Amino acid sequence: MTATVGQQAQAAARASDVWKVYGSGEAQVVALRGVNAEFERGRFTAIMGPSGSGKSTLMHCLAGLDSVTRGTVMIGETTVTGLGDSGLTKLRRDKVGFIFQQFNLLPTLTAQENILLPLSIAGRKPDPAWYDTVIDTVGLRDRLGHRPAQLSGGQQQRVACARALVARPEVIFADEPTGNLDSRSGAEVLNFLRNSVREHGQTIVMVTHDPTAAAYADRVVFLADGEIVSELIEPTAETVLDTMKKLDTPAEVAN
Amino acid sequence: MVRATLKSLLARKVRLLLSGLAVVLGVMFVSGAFVLTDTLGRSFDAVFADGFSDVDVNVAGKPKVALSEAEGEQVATPVPAAVLEQVKTVPGVAEAKGVVNADGARLIGSNGKVVASFGPPQLGENWLGESDLVTLREGREPRADGEIVVNAALAKAAKVKVGDRVGVLTLAPKQEFTLVGVFGYSGGRDSIGGVNEVAFTTPVAQRLMLGEPDVFTSITAQATDGTSPESLRDAVAGALGGQYEVKTGEQVAADASASLKEGLSFINKVLLGFAAVALLVGTFLILNTFSIIVAQRTRELALLRAIGASGRQVIGSVVLEAVAVGLIASVLGLGAGIGVGALLAYLFGKLAGGLAVAGLGVPAAAVIGAFSVGLVITVVAALLPALRASRIPPIAAMQDVANPDRPLTRVTVGGAVVTAIGAGLLFLGLGGHAGDNTLATILGGVLFAFIGVALLTPLISRPVVSLLGAIFAWSVPGKLGRLNSGRNPRRTAITAAALMVGIALVTGVTVILDSAKSSISSLATDTIKADLVIAGAQSGPRPPSFDPAVLDKAATLPGVQLVDGEYGDMAVVNGTRTWVAASSNVAALERIFGTKATAGDISRLAPDQLLLSSDTASARNLSVGSTVTVQLSRGDARTYTVSGIYESSQLTNPMVLPPQAVRDFAMPQPIQGFVQLAPGTRVEDVQPQVERLLADSPEVTVVDLGSFVKQQTSQLDTPLRMIQILLALAIAIAVLGIVNTLALSVLERTRELGLLRAIGLRRAQTMRMITVEAVVISLFGALLGVVVGSGLGAAVVRALKDEGITKLVLPWSQMGTFLILATIVGVVAAVLPAVRAARINVLGAIAHD
Ligand SMILES: Nc1ncnc2c1ncn2[C@@H]1O[C@H](COP(=O)(O)OP(=O)(O)OP(=O)(O)O)[C@@H](O)[C@H]1O
Ligand SMILES: [Mg+2]
Repeated sequence: MTATVGQQAQAAARASDVWKVYGSGEAQVVALRGVNAEFERGRFTAIMGPSGSGKSTLMHCLAGLDSVTRGTVMIGETTVTGLGDSGLTKLRRDKVGFIFQQFNLLPTLTAQENILLPLSIAGRKPDPAWYDTVIDTVGLRDRLGHRPAQLSGGQQQRVACARALVARPEVIFADEPTGNLDSRSGAEVLNFLRNSVREHGQTIVMVTHDPTAAAYADRVVFLADGEIVSELIEPTAETVLDTMKKLDTPAEVAN
Repeated sequence: MVRATLKSLLARKVRLLLSGLAVVLGVMFVSGAFVLTDTLGRSFDAVFADGFSDVDVNVAGKPKVALSEAEGEQVATPVPAAVLEQVKTVPGVAEAKGVVNADGARLIGSNGKVVASFGPPQLGENWLGESDLVTLREGREPRADGEIVVNAALAKAAKVKVGDRVGVLTLAPKQEFTLVGVFGYSGGRDSIGGVNEVAFTTPVAQRLMLGEPDVFTSITAQATDGTSPESLRDAVAGALGGQYEVKTGEQVAADASASLKEGLSFINKVLLGFAAVALLVGTFLILNTFSIIVAQRTRELALLRAIGASGRQVIGSVVLEAVAVGLIASVLGLGAGIGVGALLAYLFGKLAGGLAVAGLGVPAAAVIGAFSVGLVITVVAALLPALRASRIPPIAAMQDVANPDRPLTRVTVGGAVVTAIGAGLLFLGLGGHAGDNTLATILGGVLFAFIGVALLTPLISRPVVSLLGAIFAWSVPGKLGRLNSGRNPRRTAITAAALMVGIALVTGVTVILDSAKSSISSLATDTIKADLVIAGAQSGPRPPSFDPAVLDKAATLPGVQLVDGEYGDMAVVNGTRTWVAASSNVAALERIFGTKATAGDISRLAPDQLLLSSDTASARNLSVGSTVTVQLSRGDARTYTVSGIYESSQLTNPMVLPPQAVRDFAMPQPIQGFVQLAPGTRVEDVQPQVERLLADSPEVTVVDLGSFVKQQTSQLDTPLRMIQILLALAIAIAVLGIVNTLALSVLERTRELGLLRAIGLRRAQTMRMITVEAVVISLFGALLGVVVGSGLGAAVVRALKDEGITKLVLPWSQMGTFLILATIVGVVAAVLPAVRAARINVLGAIAHD
């Protein structure tokens, strides 16, 4: 059962029949088997699935961090598949932002310098109005001069979010951004991500294990064994949990 | 991006400083060398300008045998007294003086020993009266033949005072004079540039310093008011014809200074050579530090890549770091170099007997050299790690990357190729196939060999390190330490290779010099059939000499069978310069030195005959009956007939002249004497009697053959010691490298160390683990150094086989010492990192990112 999603809206990222195979021979692992997915502009999509189902792999392939074995990946109008190093660098500079579970910030730079780093790497100046908006939304104005080590995990993650947003990328990929946070700081980060989608039309793709986190999204895509097996629009924590339970049972039978 | 780089640099300042220290030391050598030569050069300029300040025009004879500074003091052709009268009549000359002034007046101090010089001349001259420059401080001028005056520094050094009877050695054996005065120089100076002077009356000076009456070393003239020195020079030259060198005082000062500076450029080259070694070692260290830092920053660099940095920007950031380190190191090194250069100049001034050292100057060459060397070395060393950094995939930011073990095939193949090139160059250079570029070829070969071996070390390190580590593997910490040192073969290898360079050079040099010493001394003890030898240790440019009368007296002593005195001089033979010898007793050639004739008769020599060694004969295409023209330091050229040819050996001279030629030698006194005793005579009986004969020849002593050979070969010990001291610095830099690598490894493994501590490893055990790692690395480096050094040394010794170095002596005890020292060095280098590792906070380490 392959999901087909919102063909009508313009896609910020798209995977067409994407296969990813690691290793060869005995040690071969098929991480993705023919994934088709579209992520519309201005929407917040969550990817869920059991551990080892290929969530991170899919995200890495979508973001051009990893190459696909077969199939095509597109970000906006750009075909990611087949880009060289300079093309990929340009893509990361202009089109995509990242938020990771951990090790998100350079320990030697202050929060502000971390936030502005992608722009300074690209040699661009921040749009002051947008910068102020971002800083206010993240609520870090009084912490800008601090080093990562002087910030809590939640604050660090908010800095990472601000960094991803400030460059206004086509799409932000977040891999378990709340995985290391308690529920309150997690909720802060998720609220912030949802607001940036609702109020500023940002596109976000987030991998998560947490049904509550997934409930912040507009849509949830479920992966199992490298395939998209289900999806939910306007999810709530309950509907997500239900779907996960349903998915677990046939998988266990299949084993 | 630039900011991110600089911030990360600041966060790692300690480790970069450690690696930068190697560059600092190298740069220090480079700039120190330039500062030293510049300062000394200007000091010499001042000295000579002073010495010729009241001379407008100087007339001197052209030297018969031109010598370089390193070959000894050149003997000027004397100017006849008649020329003085001629100069006085040249219009424009206000005053003209005949100057006797020659090196080789050795004053015997109150302790009975000759006041030694380590370089500056010991002038014997005629007293020309007081002047703007020279004033008598005590006593009066010399009036009678038995009177002298000396400069204040010499009086102090000899501990003599006005009224004392003092002995002076000149061309003639010891003669006694009354010291009637002591003089000093303007500005209250006791000496100019460490030069010591003994002033006689003119006839005595002529006889003792020039060997003939009515001649002068030079004639100086002062111009009348309104006549320029240049126009006077042209006038004098015109009057005298082309037979003499006529120069202005300024010109003479400049020429004299320039010839001394040539000698200085040698010191410069030596220091630059050691700078090169320090920098080579430094390159290894910087390469290592940057590699480790890049490895540690993998996630950080990957994060930068993930948020849009290009590969080139990553290279840029690493190179920028290198530039910053290089700049800081260059500045520090330049500062230290200026200090060291000034200090050395000061010490040199002291050693040279009070050379007034010119003010500190920093020549442009020092600054340019410092910055180019410091920057280039650092950046070149950082390039490889920078390239590697740019290849880090952005995805690495999201993975827990253990640095994958890259295969060693490429390095190993590269290492083999480079080593082969090095071996090839060495073969060419040592085999004498490189023509004029022999030295450069050999040095290039050594450099390539080092780099090649360094590239091969990762491969060698696996088995060797595991073998060395096995010694310590009896305890758990030992086992862990051994595994740690083997876990990053490249890192271990480069650290060890840095240590290898210094130790290999010391070992190589020792192998060569020890082999030379042992070959020469065994040849000497086997062939020389003398029981007693009269000789002295040379300290200045002139070999010690003694009264020839001692030879005749010794020959009459009971029990003495044969006595031979050896004389030497640089001469021009058929147009080319060569060292010639003369023997007071030609028969000694066969009977004492066991030399065999290959043609003609070598047992006797008529006054117009000479003997050649077989090498000289074949090189110059001469045979018995050929005639040769010999120009000695003094006198006119003479023609000799070859009457015999003897077999060449390490100990033979190129040619032997009859004793009658000796009076034209620069030093007409014997420099070595050999005494053969009749069978059954005891050495102890004769030695004290010869000693008594030498009472007036304080420069030499009489010793048995064994001591003589030791004394001669021990002259090689001084250069050996100097090389060892300077290379010890390269070794010290390498030790810093070990500290650095360990410190970085400890930092890198903070988490792992915390884990080990959490599961029960005690502090002491943690420290032992780190120490074992350090000892294994430094032992490995020392072992490599000893092996590579012995190999290089043996190669050179083999190549010198034809030069008479027939024995290969390996300095086993020194090599053993190095291995023991390496163990100690390892323990010491481990102290700080080990303490740091032991202090790791267990909880903090596990949470460490
Ligand atoms: N570099 C790699 N080499 C080989 N196999 C890999 C590699 N990366 C991932 N895999 C495999 O691909 C599959 C998918 O991995 P992925 O990391 O995408 O899972 P995930 O859904 O993100 O799991 P989790 O929820 O645990 O993070 C797994 O079976 C994994 O073992
Ligand atoms: Mg994952």
